[in-house]
Amino acid sequence: MDRRLTTPHVRRRDLLAGIAIGTLAAPAVLRAQGGAGAGPIRIGEINSYTAQPAFLGPYRNGWLLAQEQINAAGGINGRPLETVFRDDAGKPEDAVRMASELVSAEKVALLAGGYLSNVGLALGDFAAQNKVLYAASEPLTDALVWSKGNRYTFRLRPSTYMQAAMLVEEAAKLPARRWATVAPNYEYGQSAVKWFRELLKAKRPDAEFVGEQFPALGRIDAGATVQALERMRPEAIFNVTFGTDLLNFVRQGNTRGLFDGRSVASMLSGEPEYLEPLGEECPEGWIVTGYPRDDLENPVHTAFREAYRKRYEAPPRCGSVVGHDIVQAIAATLRKAGGTDTEAMVAAFEGIRFQTAYGTGEVEFRAADHQSTLGAFVGRTRLEGRTGKMVDWRYADGANYLPSDAQVREWRPQG
Amino acid sequence: MTPALAAEGLVKAWGGLRAVDGVSFTLAPGEMLALIGPNGAGKSTCFNMLNGQIRPDAGRVRLAGRDVTGLPPRAIWRLGVGRTFQVTATFASMTVLDNVRMALLSHARRLLGLWRPAAREFTAEAEALLTRVGMADQAGRPCGVLAYGDLKRLELAMALANQPHLLLMDEPTAGMAPAERMALMAETAAVARAGGIAVLFTEHDMDVVFTHADRVLVLDGGRLIAGGAPEAVRADPRVRQVYLGGGPA
Amino acid sequence: MEDLAVQALNGLASASSLFLVASGLTVIFGVSRIVNFAHGSLFMLGAYLAWTLTGLGPLAGLGGLWSFWGAILLAALAVGALGALLEVTVLRRIYGAPELFQLLATFALVLIVQDVALFLWGPDDKFGPRAPLLRGAVEILGLRFPRYELFLIAVGPVVLGLLWLLFHRTRFGILLRAATQDREMVAALGVDQRLLFTGVFFLGATLAGLGGALQLPREAVTLHMDMAVIVEAFVVVVVGGLGSLPGAFLAALLIGELHAFGILVFPRITLVLVFLVMAVVLVLRPYGLLGRAPSGAPPASEVAAPLPAAMPPALRRAALAALALLVALPPFLGDYPLILLADFATFVLFAASLHFIMGPGGLASFGHAAYFGAGAYGAALLFRHFAAPMELGLLAAPFAAGLAGLLFGWFCVRLSGVYSAMLTLAFAQIAWSVAFQWIEVTGGDNGILGLWPSEWARGRLAFFYLSLALCGAAVLLLRRAIHAPFGMALRAQRDSGLRAEAIGIDAFRIRWLGFAFAAAMAGLAGALFAYGKGSVFPSVLGISRSVDALLMVLLGGVQTLNGPIVGAIAYAGLQEQLARVTDYWRLLLGLVILALVLFFPRGLAGAIRRGGSP
Repeated sequence: MDRRLTTPHVRRRDLLAGIAIGTLAAPAVLRAQGGAGAGPIRIGEINSYTAQPAFLGPYRNGWLLAQEQINAAGGINGRPLETVFRDDAGKPEDAVRMASELVSAEKVALLAGGYLSNVGLALGDFAAQNKVLYAASEPLTDALVWSKGNRYTFRLRPSTYMQAAMLVEEAAKLPARRWATVAPNYEYGQSAVKWFRELLKAKRPDAEFVGEQFPALGRIDAGATVQALERMRPEAIFNVTFGTDLLNFVRQGNTRGLFDGRSVASMLSGEPEYLEPLGEECPEGWIVTGYPRDDLENPVHTAFREAYRKRYEAPPRCGSVVGHDIVQAIAATLRKAGGTDTEAMVAAFEGIRFQTAYGTGEVEFRAADHQSTLGAFVGRTRLEGRTGKMVDWRYADGANYLPSDAQVREWRPQG
Repeated sequence: MTPALAAEGLVKAWGGLRAVDGVSFTLAPGEMLALIGPNGAGKSTCFNMLNGQIRPDAGRVRLAGRDVTGLPPRAIWRLGVGRTFQVTATFASMTVLDNVRMALLSHARRLLGLWRPAAREFTAEAEALLTRVGMADQAGRPCGVLAYGDLKRLELAMALANQPHLLLMDEPTAGMAPAERMALMAETAAVARAGGIAVLFTEHDMDVVFTHADRVLVLDGGRLIAGGAPEAVRADPRVRQVYLGGGPA
Repeated sequence: MEDLAVQALNGLASASSLFLVASGLTVIFGVSRIVNFAHGSLFMLGAYLAWTLTGLGPLAGLGGLWSFWGAILLAALAVGALGALLEVTVLRRIYGAPELFQLLATFALVLIVQDVALFLWGPDDKFGPRAPLLRGAVEILGLRFPRYELFLIAVGPVVLGLLWLLFHRTRFGILLRAATQDREMVAALGVDQRLLFTGVFFLGATLAGLGGALQLPREAVTLHMDMAVIVEAFVVVVVGGLGSLPGAFLAALLIGELHAFGILVFPRITLVLVFLVMAVVLVLRPYGLLGRAPSGAPPASEVAAPLPAAMPPALRRAALAALALLVALPPFLGDYPLILLADFATFVLFAASLHFIMGPGGLASFGHAAYFGAGAYGAALLFRHFAAPMELGLLAAPFAAGLAGLLFGWFCVRLSGVYSAMLTLAFAQIAWSVAFQWIEVTGGDNGILGLWPSEWARGRLAFFYLSLALCGAAVLLLRRAIHAPFGMALRAQRDSGLRAEAIGIDAFRIRWLGFAFAAAMAGLAGALFAYGKGSVFPSVLGISRSVDALLMVLLGGVQTLNGPIVGAIAYAGLQEQLARVTDYWRLLLGLVILALVLFFPRGLAGAIRRGGSP
């Protein structure tokens, strides 16, 4: 204690005022010195819970369900899993701060999470810098495993490239040649459009892109955007908008007949996250990637769906599967690594195989680029009763929509 | 000898109304000149053209022979013109001493210092100026709490900070008690004489005007209608007409 | 050609919606001088309430027509009542407080409403029903155009007309108009001002609620509506001229059409376009299209706040002790506390730099993050394109930010009060949009990665000492500057521009340089922050970071020297702690801020100071 604080001349109030400033940082100090016991294996999970609650609530539920199941079955070699969740409120710089906190104060064995691409990239960079394992669950950006890929970062969800490739496969079969695109104006939207154009042109040299719309993320002026697309007189539309933008775009498009007689290929729109809020507005016959939850019947998935429903009194969403699967992948890695040494975990993670809750078989984290081969379902939308669903769907295995290893090596920094 | 100030055919119109309509006069160094006239005669407009606040529509303003028409107030100040305002304008969050110090710092072009406290600059000079206007004992007070007359004195001290050749004082005694008015103008006159400073002031109080002015100009309807020694002006029938009412002359 | 005509109709429909929100905001400001940040929250509540009332409220049984239109009106009135309630319980207590303190209170309400809405309505976006009688579309020039949008196009002028009648044909309205022009006079007339103010909040909130409720058949109801709409509404109100209803209408038309046609011509820069137009309007017409220069005394109600004297000895000792602890203790701390302390150091500098122009300068900035970000991006771009090391980045950052400050400041400091603040916001948004959308150079949303400190400063302890040294030195410089001739000149032009000019002080130049100096200091903070995180993202210059800085300064107290220091640590610390405790941290943070506003109107440092003197 500094001597000056204890001199008798100091009035009590001054002392309190001085200490009040000091104590704000104190809990962190105490935590930092607390340390972790040998008991549970702790995982630090960071996500934008308050910024994206609609998507991340079901995700966290899926995560906790998997964790409970693993712990009920005896944990990892007798050690239960324990997760410390943090909310980055959608700010990558806060995510990085929390990553430090989780690693140094909470003594977590590895980091996981991320929904927004920039949070994922920030955490990936943190992982590389601090030699901590980071299992990215949701971020879609290709950079995470390719141009900004690194030894310590692994990603589960099928990426922007993969989802675009899945849609291109179907879009190429359409008679349509004149395409217009609409995508939120940031990295995800721009790369989705870029890949879609590039891959479609490769398959259909006669395809022509007649115009593009890039509404600001979350701020679409839907009526004007629909009108602008109408003006281009396309035969087909490639849509990347999601969330609120998608809802507003679809309602205006329906009212104004934008989708009449036109084909639409749309990223992610078949996920319950987006179909359910759309309700009766669900458009007919869009080609989408997504998750046909209610019609996907196989022992593994049915068991997962029922367990989830029982536990949370609500059906799972796509995020729930992602949350569930990343825990499974982490658990498999921990078992194989036989401990929580980071280098051992990294070695184990490369090529690890686990069962996805989709029930479509084993998924592998590729050693070449740390991308999992988890796929998505490709199908068409249809309105049944008061909500939309996916029909004519099939499982598109991620392994079939990834570029060759040689190509990946070219993109990914080596060493 | 070049006049300290010369107005040459100043014109300013607001909308269709000619507030000042062809005013010309000169002010000799060391002279105290009063500009009087009824409300709305154009005194303030005229004043503000002289100090740079308003740009005249026509006419020129010369300071010691130099054309300063259209220069901003701060440039005119730099040429050695001090000002006081009809409604006092001082730095309310500072002490009396700091107010004067600001004027001194500005005069010395030392406003951009980032490190050395301003409190170490020009303290003696500022105190000397305050002494000249009889405010030395109030140097440490925040100027937000000063009596009105003291604010006027403070303004005078600030106006003197750049060793002016000319003081422009817009109603220097407005809002003061009669006794105080006389005192303030007596001090001003003393300071001006001692420094050879020319003073142009507007004033409502005729006692003040005829006691302290060397010469008086009378403005009415935007035009000068009379000018000369106080006694002559006082006797001028047109002036009496304007001041004592009645129909148009 | 037909396309363009229909596109113009789209613009009109957006304009009507915008006008409803903006009219409420401008009416409230006109009378109470409160910049109501929570207006967007009222809009959002209107939408949510209408959604609930159309779906399951007591009106649902009345059948299509009534259940829908009844719900819209009821939702608007309910929001109006809430607005009145907020006025009575919260805002009424702080009319006497400095202008920006009221902003702080309304911002606290934003935080609270966000979490309350999340709690009541859940996280999913809600789709409302379509409006009875107005479903579907009509053919206009061969294109299908929604009936409901046609209805909306009519709503704007109708509301404007009704408001005109209210303001010109009713006693209440005439009093409101009088109060807009001269508050004291109305008080002198013996009118019960309290009733008038409550009434104006009811009116303004009802308009916001109506605006939100009317979006129901058009847009999904979401938890992000509040912030999206408040920024646009501010733009409309400021472009139109604060307090001017016809101005707001005109500006809403301008912005609505700009959106509609902007996406045809510049599909990628719609975000920037609006702010560019706002900047241009404010540069050409400093008080908006139809606004008038404020008459009488400037609204800065703290004009006479005296220069802070030296700290009382006891407080000084405590501060020195705290500083000594900051130097002596870190070697014994873990990594995380060190990271946190380094963060706090940058926040303190960031807040202190804003304080420099807000306190002595009397210039509020709603966009100070632009300079924090300019420093961060300055360093990051040097690193990305020229592989510059940290030392060079830290050196360049204040210059980059200072240059940005010179450029933007040249426009901003010509104006005063809310107009100037809004112009700073406009430039910050432009800067943000550039960082967000110019992907080739800035990496866009994915930011610039790998911006780690040089080897010698990479350890947490070393980096903390580096941050402490640089931020400490910069804060010391800022504090010295306040008492140095430059700070005094800044204060002089704030106190009385007339007098400043009359003693040869070029007020514009002083404000301009002060703005740039503060920007440079913020830039240093931004660069340090970026190196601490290892990356830069557009969020470093987003609105929320600007708001953070504003909150820190206001919490600490604008007219105290230690305000920014205490405020930054209190705010950042509070946020860090609350986010850990609960998902509803925004609610708690909002409540804490509200309590502070109500009980410590001079800020935390002001309170500590007063507590410390006998």
